Amino acid sequence: MNAPDMRRQSCLPLHRAEDFPILERPVRGKRLVYLDNGATTQKPEAVIEAERRFYRESNANIHRGVHWLSQHATDLYEQGRETVRRFLNAARAEEIVFTRGTTEAINLVAQSWGRANLKAGDEIVLTAMEHHSNIVPWQLLCAETGAELRVVPINDRGELDLDAYVALLNERTRLVAVAHVSNALGTVNPVQDIAARAKAVGALVLVDGAQAVAHMPVDVQAIGCDFYAFSAHKLYGPTGIGALYARWDVLRGMPPWQGGGDMIRTVSFEGSTWADPPQRFEAGTPNIAGVVGMAAAIDYVSAIGLERIAAHEHALLEYATEAVCKLPGVRLIGTAREKASILSFMVDGIHPHDRGTILDMEGIAIRAGHHCAMPVMKRFGIPGTARASFALYNDERDVEALVAGIRKAQAMFDGGAAR
Amino acid sequence: MSDMHPELRELYQETIFDHNRSPRNFHEMADADRVAQGHNPLCGDELTVYLRIRDGVVEAASFVGHGCAISKASASLMTEAVIGKTEAEVEALFRDFHAMLTGEEDADRDLGKLEVLAGVKEFPVRVKCATLPWHTLHNALTGSAEKAKTE
Repeated sequence: MNAPDMRRQSCLPLHRAEDFPILERPVRGKRLVYLDNGATTQKPEAVIEAERRFYRESNANIHRGVHWLSQHATDLYEQGRETVRRFLNAARAEEIVFTRGTTEAINLVAQSWGRANLKAGDEIVLTAMEHHSNIVPWQLLCAETGAELRVVPINDRGELDLDAYVALLNERTRLVAVAHVSNALGTVNPVQDIAARAKAVGALVLVDGAQAVAHMPVDVQAIGCDFYAFSAHKLYGPTGIGALYARWDVLRGMPPWQGGGDMIRTVSFEGSTWADPPQRFEAGTPNIAGVVGMAAAIDYVSAIGLERIAAHEHALLEYATEAVCKLPGVRLIGTAREKASILSFMVDGIHPHDRGTILDMEGIAIRAGHHCAMPVMKRFGIPGTARASFALYNDERDVEALVAGIRKAQAMFDGGAAR
Repeated sequence: MSDMHPELRELYQETIFDHNRSPRNFHEMADADRVAQGHNPLCGDELTVYLRIRDGVVEAASFVGHGCAISKASASLMTEAVIGKTEAEVEALFRDFHAMLTGEEDADRDLGKLEVLAGVKEFPVRVKCATLPWHTLHNALTGSAEKAKTE
Protein backbone atom coordinates (compact mmCIF):
# COMPACT_ATOMS: atom_id res chain seq x y z
CA MET A 1 0.00 0.00 0.00
CA ASN A 2 1.49 3.37 -0.94
CA ALA A 3 1.42 6.51 1.16
CA PRO A 4 -1.63 8.31 -0.30
CA ASP A 5 -3.71 5.18 0.23
CA MET A 6 -2.64 5.12 3.85
CA ARG A 7 -3.91 8.63 4.19
CA ARG A 8 -7.25 7.82 2.63
CA GLN A 9 -7.46 4.88 4.98
CA SER A 10 -6.92 6.97 8.08
CA CYS A 11 -9.42 9.59 6.93
CA LEU A 12 -12.27 7.11 7.03
CA PRO A 13 -14.69 8.04 9.79
CA LEU A 14 -14.30 6.22 13.07
CA HIS A 15 -17.96 6.20 14.00
CA ARG A 16 -21.07 4.45 12.77
CA ALA A 17 -23.40 6.78 10.87
CA GLU A 18 -26.20 6.14 13.35
CA ASP A 19 -24.03 7.29 16.26
CA PHE A 20 -24.70 10.98 15.56
CA PRO A 21 -28.37 11.48 14.64
CA ILE A 22 -27.97 15.24 14.07
CA LEU A 23 -25.46 14.67 11.27
CA GLU A 24 -28.24 12.97 9.32
CA ARG A 25 -30.44 16.05 9.20
CA PRO A 26 -30.16 18.37 6.22
CA VAL A 27 -29.43 22.04 6.87
CA ARG A 28 -30.61 24.66 4.38
CA GLY A 29 -31.55 21.79 2.11
CA LYS A 30 -28.00 20.43 2.02
CA ARG A 31 -26.03 17.71 3.76
CA LEU A 32 -24.82 19.19 7.06
CA VAL A 33 -21.06 19.70 6.99
CA TYR A 34 -20.33 20.36 10.62
CA LEU A 35 -16.90 21.93 11.02
CA ASP A 36 -17.53 24.00 14.15
CA ASN A 37 -16.32 21.36 16.58
CA GLY A 38 -14.01 23.81 18.33
CA ALA A 39 -17.16 25.61 19.49
CA THR A 40 -19.00 22.45 20.47
CA THR A 41 -19.13 18.88 19.19
CA GLN A 42 -22.25 16.93 18.29
CA LYS A 43 -23.45 14.29 20.73
CA PRO A 44 -23.49 10.56 20.08
CA GLU A 45 -26.61 8.53 20.70
CA ALA A 46 -24.82 6.93 23.67
CA VAL A 47 -24.67 10.30 25.46
CA ILE A 48 -28.23 11.31 24.60
CA GLU A 49 -29.46 7.92 25.76
CA ALA A 50 -27.43 8.02 29.00
CA GLU A 51 -29.03 11.34 30.03
CA ARG A 52 -32.49 10.15 29.03
CA ARG A 53 -32.04 6.94 30.91
CA PHE A 54 -30.84 8.75 33.99
CA TYR A 55 -34.03 10.80 34.13
CA ARG A 56 -36.23 7.81 33.33
CA GLU A 57 -34.63 5.35 35.74
CA SER A 58 -32.24 6.92 38.22
CA ASN A 59 -33.17 10.51 39.02
CA ALA A 60 -32.85 11.63 42.64
CA ASN A 61 -30.76 14.14 44.53
CA ILE A 62 -27.35 12.96 45.66
CA HIS A 63 -25.32 12.78 48.86
CA ARG A 64 -28.36 13.34 51.08
CA GLY A 65 -31.18 10.86 50.69
CA VAL A 66 -31.25 7.71 52.72
CA HIS A 67 -33.55 6.17 50.15
CA TRP A 68 -32.45 3.70 47.51
CA LEU A 69 -32.85 5.96 44.49
CA SER A 70 -30.72 8.71 46.06
CA GLN A 71 -27.98 6.19 46.77
CA HIS A 72 -28.24 4.92 43.20
CA ALA A 73 -27.95 8.45 41.75
CA THR A 74 -25.01 9.18 44.07
CA ASP A 75 -23.29 6.03 42.84
CA LEU A 76 -23.70 7.07 39.21
CA TYR A 77 -22.41 10.56 40.01
CA GLU A 78 -19.34 9.22 41.81
CA GLN A 79 -18.73 6.65 39.06
CA GLY A 80 -18.62 9.64 36.73
CA ARG A 81 -15.86 11.11 38.89
CA GLU A 82 -13.91 7.89 38.62
CA THR A 83 -14.41 7.90 34.84
CA VAL A 84 -12.93 11.41 34.63
CA ARG A 85 -10.06 10.39 36.91
CA ARG A 86 -9.20 7.50 34.63
CA PHE A 87 -9.58 9.68 31.53
CA LEU A 88 -7.02 12.22 32.80
CA ASN A 89 -4.96 9.65 34.71
CA ALA A 90 -5.33 11.59 37.96
CA ALA A 91 -3.91 9.84 41.04
CA ARG A 92 -7.22 9.84 42.92
CA ALA A 93 -10.90 10.53 42.26
CA GLU A 94 -11.00 13.24 44.95
CA GLU A 95 -8.81 15.36 42.69
CA ILE A 96 -11.72 15.78 40.26
CA VAL A 97 -14.13 18.66 40.93
CA PHE A 98 -17.21 18.93 38.73
CA THR A 99 -17.85 22.39 37.32
CA ARG A 100 -20.08 23.93 34.66
CA GLY A 101 -17.16 23.76 32.28
CA THR A 102 -13.66 25.05 31.62
CA THR A 103 -14.55 28.66 32.35
CA GLU A 104 -15.98 27.87 35.76
CA ALA A 105 -13.04 25.59 36.55
CA ILE A 106 -10.55 28.40 35.86
CA ASN A 107 -12.63 30.87 37.86
CA LEU A 108 -12.70 28.39 40.72
CA VAL A 109 -8.90 28.29 40.82
CA ALA A 110 -8.63 32.08 40.57
CA GLN A 111 -11.22 32.76 43.25
CA SER A 112 -10.26 30.00 45.67
CA TRP A 113 -6.53 29.34 45.33
CA GLY A 114 -5.73 32.76 43.89
CA ARG A 115 -7.43 34.93 46.50
CA ALA A 116 -5.97 32.88 49.33
CA ASN A 117 -2.42 32.79 48.01
CA LEU A 118 -1.62 35.84 45.89
CA LYS A 119 -0.51 39.26 47.06
CA ALA A 120 0.76 42.48 45.55
CA GLY A 121 3.91 41.95 43.50
CA ASP A 122 3.19 38.28 42.74
CA GLU A 123 3.15 37.36 39.06
CA ILE A 124 0.91 35.19 36.90
CA VAL A 125 2.31 34.10 33.55
CA LEU A 126 -0.15 33.68 30.65
CA THR A 127 0.42 33.34 26.93
CA ALA A 128 -0.61 35.56 24.03
CA MET A 129 -2.76 32.75 22.61
CA GLU A 130 -5.11 32.29 25.55
CA HIS A 131 -8.88 32.19 25.21
CA HIS A 132 -10.60 35.03 27.07
CA SER A 133 -11.64 32.53 29.74
CA ASN A 134 -7.98 32.02 30.64
CA ILE A 135 -7.29 35.77 30.72
CA VAL A 136 -10.21 37.55 32.34
CA PRO A 137 -10.42 35.49 35.59
CA TRP A 138 -6.74 36.35 36.19
CA GLN A 139 -7.32 40.03 35.43
CA LEU A 140 -10.12 40.06 38.02
CA LEU A 141 -7.82 38.34 40.50
CA CYS A 142 -5.00 40.80 39.82
CA ALA A 143 -7.33 43.76 40.34
CA GLU A 144 -8.27 42.31 43.70
CA THR A 145 -4.86 41.22 44.98
CA GLY A 146 -2.39 43.54 43.28
CA ALA A 147 -0.72 40.62 41.52
CA GLU A 148 0.46 41.23 37.94
CA LEU A 149 0.10 39.45 34.61
CA ARG A 150 3.06 38.55 32.41
CA VAL A 151 2.40 37.42 28.85
CA VAL A 152 4.50 34.98 26.82
CA PRO A 153 4.65 36.21 23.20
CA ILE A 154 4.03 34.03 20.14
CA ASN A 155 5.90 33.92 16.84
CA ASP A 156 4.48 34.32 13.32
CA ARG A 157 3.66 30.61 13.13
CA GLY A 158 1.58 30.89 16.26
CA GLU A 159 4.03 29.05 18.51
CA LEU A 160 5.05 30.15 21.99
CA ASP A 161 8.39 31.89 22.31
CA LEU A 162 9.83 29.50 24.89
CA ASP A 163 13.00 31.54 25.45
CA ALA A 164 10.83 34.53 26.33
CA TYR A 165 8.80 32.27 28.61
CA VAL A 166 11.84 31.11 30.52
CA ALA A 167 13.03 34.71 30.80
CA LEU A 168 9.69 35.73 32.35
CA LEU A 169 9.93 33.16 35.14
CA ASN A 170 11.32 34.30 38.47
CA GLU A 171 10.81 33.85 42.21
CA ARG A 172 7.70 36.10 42.08
CA THR A 173 5.98 33.81 39.55
CA ARG A 174 3.19 32.04 41.41
CA LEU A 175 1.20 30.53 38.57
CA VAL A 176 1.59 29.70 34.88
CA ALA A 177 -1.73 29.37 33.04
CA VAL A 178 -1.55 28.03 29.50
CA ALA A 179 -3.78 26.49 26.86
CA HIS A 180 -2.97 22.88 25.95
CA VAL A 181 -4.28 23.57 22.43
CA SER A 182 -5.01 27.08 21.11
CA ASN A 183 -8.64 27.45 20.05
CA ALA A 184 -7.84 30.14 17.48
CA LEU A 185 -4.61 28.74 15.99
CA GLY A 186 -4.66 25.01 16.70
CA THR A 187 -1.16 25.15 18.22
CA VAL A 188 -0.36 22.29 20.60
CA ASN A 189 1.77 23.72 23.39
CA PRO A 190 4.59 21.72 25.01
CA VAL A 191 2.80 21.73 28.36
CA GLN A 192 5.13 19.17 29.91
CA ASP A 193 8.20 21.38 29.30
CA ILE A 194 6.26 24.45 30.34
CA ALA A 195 5.24 22.79 33.60
CA ALA A 196 8.79 21.59 34.36
CA ARG A 197 10.15 25.13 33.89
CA ALA A 198 7.45 26.57 36.12
CA LYS A 199 8.13 23.98 38.83
CA ALA A 200 11.80 24.98 38.82
CA VAL A 201 10.83 28.42 40.16
CA GLY A 202 8.18 27.03 42.50
CA ALA A 203 5.15 28.18 40.48
CA LEU A 204 1.94 26.21 40.06
CA VAL A 205 0.67 25.31 36.59
CA LEU A 206 -2.85 25.44 35.20
CA VAL A 207 -3.55 23.90 31.81
CA ASP A 208 -6.69 24.90 29.89
CA GLY A 209 -7.58 21.62 28.21
CA ALA A 210 -10.81 22.74 26.54
CA GLN A 211 -9.49 22.21 23.00
CA ALA A 212 -7.28 19.23 23.83
CA VAL A 213 -9.26 16.49 25.54
CA ALA A 214 -11.26 15.47 22.46
CA HIS A 215 -8.21 15.31 20.24
CA MET A 216 -5.40 13.55 22.11
CA PRO A 217 -4.77 11.37 25.16
CA VAL A 218 -4.18 13.50 28.27
CA ASP A 219 -2.22 12.39 31.32
CA VAL A 220 -2.11 15.05 34.02
CA GLN A 221 0.60 13.25 35.98
CA ALA A 222 2.84 13.02 32.92
CA ILE A 223 2.24 16.72 32.17
CA GLY A 224 3.07 17.55 35.78
CA CYS A 225 0.43 20.28 36.07
CA ASP A 226 -1.38 21.28 39.26
CA PHE A 227 -4.68 22.12 37.56
CA TYR A 228 -6.28 20.88 34.35
CA ALA A 229 -9.67 22.19 33.15
CA PHE A 230 -12.03 20.94 30.46
CA SER A 231 -15.66 21.03 29.28
CA ALA A 232 -17.72 17.99 28.36
CA HIS A 233 -19.48 19.69 25.45
CA LYS A 234 -16.32 19.91 23.36
CA LEU A 235 -15.82 16.20 24.08
CA TYR A 236 -19.11 14.89 22.63
CA GLY A 237 -20.78 15.37 26.01
CA PRO A 238 -23.55 17.67 27.28
CA THR A 239 -23.25 21.42 27.80
CA GLY A 240 -23.09 22.88 31.29
CA ILE A 241 -20.75 20.27 32.74
CA GLY A 242 -17.00 19.90 32.91
CA ALA A 243 -14.28 19.21 35.39
CA LEU A 244 -11.29 20.63 37.17
CA TYR A 245 -8.42 18.34 38.04
CA ALA A 246 -6.45 19.72 40.97
CA ARG A 247 -3.48 17.97 42.52
CA TRP A 248 -4.49 16.77 45.97
CA ASP A 249 -1.77 18.58 47.91
CA VAL A 250 -2.96 21.88 46.43
CA LEU A 251 -6.69 21.16 46.43
CA ARG A 252 -6.96 20.11 50.06
CA GLY A 253 -5.61 23.48 51.23
CA MET A 254 -7.95 25.55 49.07
CA PRO A 255 -10.82 27.47 50.72
CA PRO A 256 -14.40 27.28 49.44
CA TRP A 257 -15.41 29.70 46.69
CA GLN A 258 -19.19 29.23 46.68
CA GLY A 259 -21.22 28.46 49.76
CA GLY A 260 -24.31 26.32 50.04
CA GLY A 261 -25.54 22.82 50.59
CA ASP A 262 -23.29 19.82 49.98
CA MET A 263 -20.06 21.78 50.56
CA ILE A 264 -20.31 21.97 54.35
CA ARG A 265 -19.63 19.64 57.23
CA THR A 266 -21.54 21.61 59.88
CA VAL A 267 -23.46 24.88 59.79
CA SER A 268 -24.37 27.10 62.71
CA PHE A 269 -24.87 30.85 63.02
CA GLU A 270 -21.56 31.05 64.93
CA GLY A 271 -19.72 29.57 61.96
CA SER A 272 -19.58 26.63 59.59
CA THR A 273 -17.02 24.03 58.73
CA TRP A 274 -16.23 22.75 55.28
CA ALA A 275 -16.48 19.37 53.70
CA ASP A 276 -13.32 17.84 52.29
CA PRO A 277 -12.58 18.24 48.57
CA PRO A 278 -14.07 17.67 46.11
CA GLN A 279 -17.47 18.31 47.84
CA ARG A 280 -16.07 21.55 49.29
CA PHE A 281 -16.16 22.98 45.77
CA GLU A 282 -19.51 21.58 44.67
CA ALA A 283 -22.05 23.76 46.46
CA GLY A 284 -25.70 23.14 45.66
CA THR A 285 -27.32 20.36 43.68
CA PRO A 286 -24.95 19.71 40.79
CA ASN A 287 -25.67 18.79 37.17
CA ILE A 288 -26.09 15.10 37.98
CA ALA A 289 -27.46 14.08 34.59
CA GLY A 290 -24.64 16.10 33.03
CA VAL A 291 -22.05 14.06 34.89
CA VAL A 292 -23.73 10.87 33.69
CA GLY A 293 -23.72 12.22 30.10
CA MET A 294 -20.09 13.31 30.37
CA ALA A 295 -19.08 9.86 31.59
CA ALA A 296 -20.92 8.32 28.63
CA ALA A 297 -19.03 10.63 26.29
CA ILE A 298 -15.70 9.64 27.83
CA ASP A 299 -16.64 5.97 27.48
CA TYR A 300 -17.55 6.60 23.84
CA VAL A 301 -14.24 8.24 22.87
CA SER A 302 -12.27 5.79 24.99
CA ALA A 303 -13.84 2.86 23.15
CA ILE A 304 -12.73 4.34 19.82
CA GLY A 305 -9.38 5.33 21.31
CA LEU A 306 -7.90 8.83 21.61
CA GLU A 307 -4.80 7.73 19.69
CA ARG A 308 -6.94 6.68 16.74
CA ILE A 309 -8.96 9.88 16.92
CA ALA A 310 -5.76 11.93 16.98
CA ALA A 311 -4.37 10.08 13.94
CA HIS A 312 -7.63 10.45 12.02
CA GLU A 313 -7.95 14.17 12.71
CA HIS A 314 -4.28 14.79 11.99
CA ALA A 315 -4.62 13.17 8.56
CA LEU A 316 -7.75 15.22 7.91
CA LEU A 317 -6.08 18.44 9.04
CA GLU A 318 -3.12 17.79 6.72
CA TYR A 319 -5.46 17.06 3.82
CA ALA A 320 -7.47 20.22 4.51
CA THR A 321 -4.37 22.37 4.97
CA GLU A 322 -3.03 21.25 1.61
CA ALA A 323 -6.38 21.71 -0.17
CA VAL A 324 -7.15 25.13 1.29
CA CYS A 325 -3.62 26.44 0.70
CA LYS A 326 -3.95 25.59 -3.01
CA LEU A 327 -6.76 28.12 -3.32
CA PRO A 328 -5.61 31.55 -4.49
CA GLY A 329 -5.74 34.32 -1.90
CA VAL A 330 -6.06 31.99 1.06
CA ARG A 331 -3.73 32.43 4.01
CA LEU A 332 -3.55 30.23 7.10
CA ILE A 333 -3.39 31.84 10.54
CA GLY A 334 -1.54 29.41 12.76
CA THR A 335 1.08 27.26 11.09
CA ALA A 336 2.69 25.74 14.16
CA ARG A 337 4.66 22.54 13.70
CA GLU A 338 2.47 20.86 16.30
CA LYS A 339 -1.20 21.42 15.59
CA ALA A 340 -4.49 19.72 16.38
CA SER A 341 -7.89 19.82 14.73
CA ILE A 342 -8.06 23.53 13.89
CA LEU A 343 -7.70 25.30 10.54
CA SER A 344 -7.93 29.09 10.86
CA PHE A 345 -7.69 31.06 7.64
CA MET A 346 -8.26 34.31 5.80
CA VAL A 347 -9.48 34.75 2.24
CA ASP A 348 -8.29 37.93 0.50
CA GLY A 349 -11.06 40.42 -0.09
CA ILE A 350 -13.74 38.45 1.74
CA HIS A 351 -14.49 39.28 5.35
CA PRO A 352 -14.86 36.21 7.61
CA HIS A 353 -18.53 37.01 8.23
CA ASP A 354 -19.41 37.19 4.55
CA ARG A 355 -17.62 33.91 4.05
CA GLY A 356 -19.43 32.40 7.03
CA THR A 357 -22.83 33.37 5.59
CA ILE A 358 -22.05 32.03 2.12
CA LEU A 359 -20.74 28.73 3.52
CA ASP A 360 -23.79 28.52 5.79
CA MET A 361 -26.06 28.56 2.74
CA GLU A 362 -24.15 25.47 1.57
CA GLY A 363 -24.93 23.70 4.84
CA ILE A 364 -21.36 24.21 6.04
CA ALA A 365 -20.99 25.25 9.68
CA ILE A 366 -17.73 27.01 10.49
CA ARG A 367 -16.94 29.76 12.96
CA ALA A 368 -16.12 33.27 11.81
CA GLY A 369 -14.76 35.94 14.11
CA HIS A 370 -12.19 36.44 16.83
CA HIS A 371 -12.90 33.12 18.58
CA CYS A 372 -12.82 34.75 22.03
CA ALA A 373 -9.11 35.32 21.53
CA MET A 374 -8.90 39.02 20.70
CA PRO A 375 -5.21 39.28 21.66
CA VAL A 376 -4.38 36.63 19.04
CA MET A 377 -6.23 38.60 16.35
CA LYS A 378 -4.37 41.74 17.41
CA ARG A 379 -1.05 39.87 17.25
CA PHE A 380 -1.74 38.94 13.61
CA GLY A 381 -3.27 42.33 12.79
CA ILE A 382 -6.61 40.90 11.65
CA PRO A 383 -10.20 41.38 12.81
CA GLY A 384 -10.96 37.67 12.80
CA THR A 385 -10.56 34.42 10.91
CA ALA A 386 -12.73 31.68 9.51
CA ARG A 387 -12.15 28.52 11.51
CA ALA A 388 -12.86 24.98 10.49
CA SER A 389 -12.35 22.51 13.33
CA PHE A 390 -12.48 18.76 12.94
CA ALA A 391 -13.91 15.93 14.98
CA LEU A 392 -13.83 12.15 14.77
CA TYR A 393 -16.93 12.06 12.52
CA ASN A 394 -15.54 14.36 9.82
CA ASP A 395 -14.11 12.95 6.63
CA GLU A 396 -12.65 14.03 3.29
CA ARG A 397 -16.09 14.85 1.89
CA ASP A 398 -16.38 17.57 4.53
CA VAL A 399 -13.05 19.05 3.50
CA GLU A 400 -14.07 18.91 -0.16
CA ALA A 401 -17.35 20.68 0.66
CA LEU A 402 -15.41 23.37 2.54
CA VAL A 403 -13.06 23.93 -0.39
CA ALA A 404 -16.00 24.08 -2.84
CA GLY A 405 -17.74 26.57 -0.52
CA ILE A 406 -14.69 28.85 -0.38
CA ARG A 407 -14.44 28.70 -4.19
CA LYS A 408 -18.08 29.68 -4.43
CA ALA A 409 -17.57 32.66 -2.11
CA GLN A 410 -14.59 33.73 -4.18
CA ALA A 411 -16.56 33.41 -7.42
CA MET A 412 -19.33 35.55 -5.94
CA PHE A 413 -17.01 38.28 -4.76
CA ASP A 414 -14.73 38.17 -7.81
CA GLY A 415 -17.76 38.03 -10.09
CA GLY A 416 -19.04 41.15 -8.39
CA ALA A 417 -15.69 42.78 -8.97
CA ALA A 418 -15.61 41.91 -12.67
CA ARG A 419 -18.91 43.54 -13.56
CA MET B 1 -23.83 32.32 -10.35
CA SER B 2 -26.86 30.41 -11.54
CA ASP B 3 -26.79 28.00 -8.62
CA MET B 4 -26.76 30.77 -6.03
CA HIS B 5 -29.48 30.64 -3.39
CA PRO B 6 -32.19 33.27 -3.87
CA GLU B 7 -31.68 34.52 -0.30
CA LEU B 8 -27.96 34.91 -0.95
CA ARG B 9 -28.59 36.82 -4.16
CA GLU B 10 -31.02 39.01 -2.26
CA LEU B 11 -28.39 39.64 0.42
CA TYR B 12 -25.43 40.20 -1.83
CA GLN B 13 -26.85 42.41 -4.54
CA GLU B 14 -24.59 44.03 -7.11
CA THR B 15 -24.90 47.37 -5.33
CA ILE B 16 -23.50 45.76 -2.18
CA PHE B 17 -20.47 44.40 -4.02
CA ASP B 18 -20.02 47.77 -5.70
CA HIS B 19 -20.04 49.72 -2.43
CA ASN B 20 -17.88 47.11 -0.71
CA ARG B 21 -15.30 47.34 -3.49
CA SER B 22 -15.39 51.12 -3.85
CA PRO B 23 -16.99 52.65 -0.79
CA ARG B 24 -18.21 56.24 -1.22
CA ASN B 25 -17.16 58.99 1.19
CA PHE B 26 -14.53 56.64 2.60
CA HIS B 27 -12.12 59.07 4.22
CA GLU B 28 -11.45 60.99 7.40
CA MET B 29 -12.77 64.52 7.70
CA ALA B 30 -10.46 67.13 9.23
CA ASP B 31 -13.19 69.75 9.67
CA ALA B 32 -15.92 67.42 10.91
CA ASP B 33 -17.98 68.83 13.75
CA ARG B 34 -19.46 65.49 14.78
CA VAL B 35 -17.44 62.27 15.10
CA ALA B 36 -18.41 58.94 16.60
CA GLN B 37 -16.89 55.48 16.72
CA GLY B 38 -18.71 52.19 16.41
CA HIS B 39 -17.57 48.70 17.29
CA ASN B 40 -19.13 45.29 16.91
CA PRO B 41 -17.26 43.22 19.50
CA LEU B 42 -18.65 39.98 18.09
CA CYS B 43 -16.97 40.23 14.70
CA GLY B 44 -14.46 43.02 15.26
CA ASP B 45 -16.06 45.49 12.84
CA GLU B 46 -14.93 49.01 13.64
CA LEU B 47 -15.78 52.30 12.03
CA THR B 48 -15.68 56.02 12.59
CA VAL B 49 -18.39 58.29 11.20
CA TYR B 50 -17.72 61.97 10.47
CA LEU B 51 -20.34 64.67 9.92
CA ARG B 52 -20.20 68.33 9.03
CA ILE B 53 -23.45 70.04 9.92
CA ARG B 54 -24.43 73.53 8.74
CA ASP B 55 -27.68 75.11 9.97
CA GLY B 56 -29.03 71.74 11.04
CA VAL B 57 -28.34 70.14 7.65
CA VAL B 58 -25.76 67.40 6.97
CA GLU B 59 -23.39 69.09 4.57
CA ALA B 60 -20.83 66.29 4.47
CA ALA B 61 -20.67 62.72 5.79
CA SER B 62 -17.85 60.23 5.62
CA PHE B 63 -16.51 57.12 7.33
CA VAL B 64 -13.40 55.01 7.79
CA GLY B 65 -12.94 51.55 9.28
CA HIS B 66 -13.08 47.89 8.44
CA GLY B 67 -15.81 45.31 8.36
CA CYS B 68 -17.69 42.82 6.24
CA ALA B 69 -19.23 43.64 2.86
CA ILE B 70 -22.62 44.28 4.44
CA SER B 71 -21.36 46.76 7.03
CA LYS B 72 -19.07 48.55 4.60
CA ALA B 73 -21.75 48.87 1.92
CA SER B 74 -24.28 49.95 4.52
CA ALA B 75 -21.94 52.69 5.79
CA SER B 76 -21.19 53.83 2.25
CA LEU B 77 -24.88 53.95 1.25
CA MET B 78 -25.71 55.69 4.50
CA THR B 79 -23.28 58.55 3.91
CA GLU B 80 -24.78 59.09 0.47
CA ALA B 81 -28.30 58.99 1.84
CA VAL B 82 -27.85 61.51 4.65
CA ILE B 83 -26.00 64.27 2.84
CA GLY B 84 -28.37 67.22 2.35
CA LYS B 85 -30.85 66.00 4.96
CA THR B 86 -31.75 67.76 8.20
CA GLU B 87 -30.87 66.09 11.47
CA ALA B 88 -34.54 65.26 12.03
CA GLU B 89 -34.81 63.70 8.57
CA VAL B 90 -31.71 61.61 9.24
CA GLU B 91 -33.12 60.29 12.50
CA ALA B 92 -36.40 59.43 10.75
CA LEU B 93 -34.45 57.61 8.04
CA PHE B 94 -32.59 55.62 10.70
CA ARG B 95 -35.90 54.58 12.27
CA ASP B 96 -37.29 53.48 8.89
CA PHE B 97 -34.09 51.64 7.98
CA HIS B 98 -34.07 49.83 11.31
CA ALA B 99 -37.74 48.92 10.88
CA MET B 100 -37.03 47.50 7.42
CA LEU B 101 -34.26 45.26 8.76
CA THR B 102 -36.29 43.99 11.66
CA GLY B 103 -39.07 43.03 9.28
CA GLU B 104 -41.67 45.65 10.21
CA GLU B 105 -44.15 45.98 7.36
CA ASP B 106 -44.83 49.50 6.14
CA ALA B 107 -46.19 50.02 2.63
CA ASP B 108 -45.51 53.76 2.69
CA ARG B 109 -41.86 53.46 3.54
CA ASP B 110 -39.53 54.58 0.78
CA LEU B 111 -35.88 54.09 1.55
CA GLY B 112 -34.68 54.57 -2.00
CA LYS B 113 -31.27 53.03 -2.62
CA LEU B 114 -31.07 51.77 0.96
CA GLU B 115 -33.63 49.13 0.05
CA VAL B 116 -30.87 46.97 -1.46
CA LEU B 117 -30.13 46.05 2.16
CA ALA B 118 -33.63 44.65 2.76
CA GLY B 119 -32.33 41.10 2.12
CA VAL B 120 -30.37 41.31 5.38
CA LYS B 121 -33.58 40.71 7.36
CA GLU B 122 -33.48 37.05 6.26
CA PHE B 123 -30.14 36.73 8.09
CA PRO B 124 -30.80 37.77 11.70
CA VAL B 125 -27.17 37.43 12.77
CA ARG B 126 -26.14 39.88 10.03
CA VAL B 127 -28.64 42.64 10.88
CA LYS B 128 -26.18 44.23 13.26
CA CYS B 129 -23.59 44.42 10.46
CA ALA B 130 -25.96 46.69 8.53
CA THR B 131 -27.10 48.75 11.51
CA LEU B 132 -23.72 49.44 13.15
CA PRO B 133 -22.98 52.44 10.85
CA TRP B 134 -26.42 53.86 11.63
CA HIS B 135 -26.07 53.44 15.40
CA THR B 136 -22.73 55.20 15.10
CA LEU B 137 -24.26 57.99 13.03
CA HIS B 138 -27.00 58.36 15.62
CA ASN B 139 -24.37 58.75 18.34
CA ALA B 140 -22.54 61.32 16.25
CA LEU B 141 -25.75 63.32 15.85
CA THR B 142 -26.78 63.13 19.49
CA GLY B 143 -23.25 63.79 20.66
CA SER B 144 -23.16 60.61 22.71
CA ALA B 145 -19.58 60.02 23.78
CA GLU B 146 -20.25 56.34 24.23
CA LYS B 147 -18.98 54.04 21.49
CA ALA B 148 -21.85 52.66 19.44
CA LYS B 149 -22.29 48.96 19.95
CA THR B 150 -24.52 46.40 18.41
CA GLU B 151 -24.47 44.08 21.38
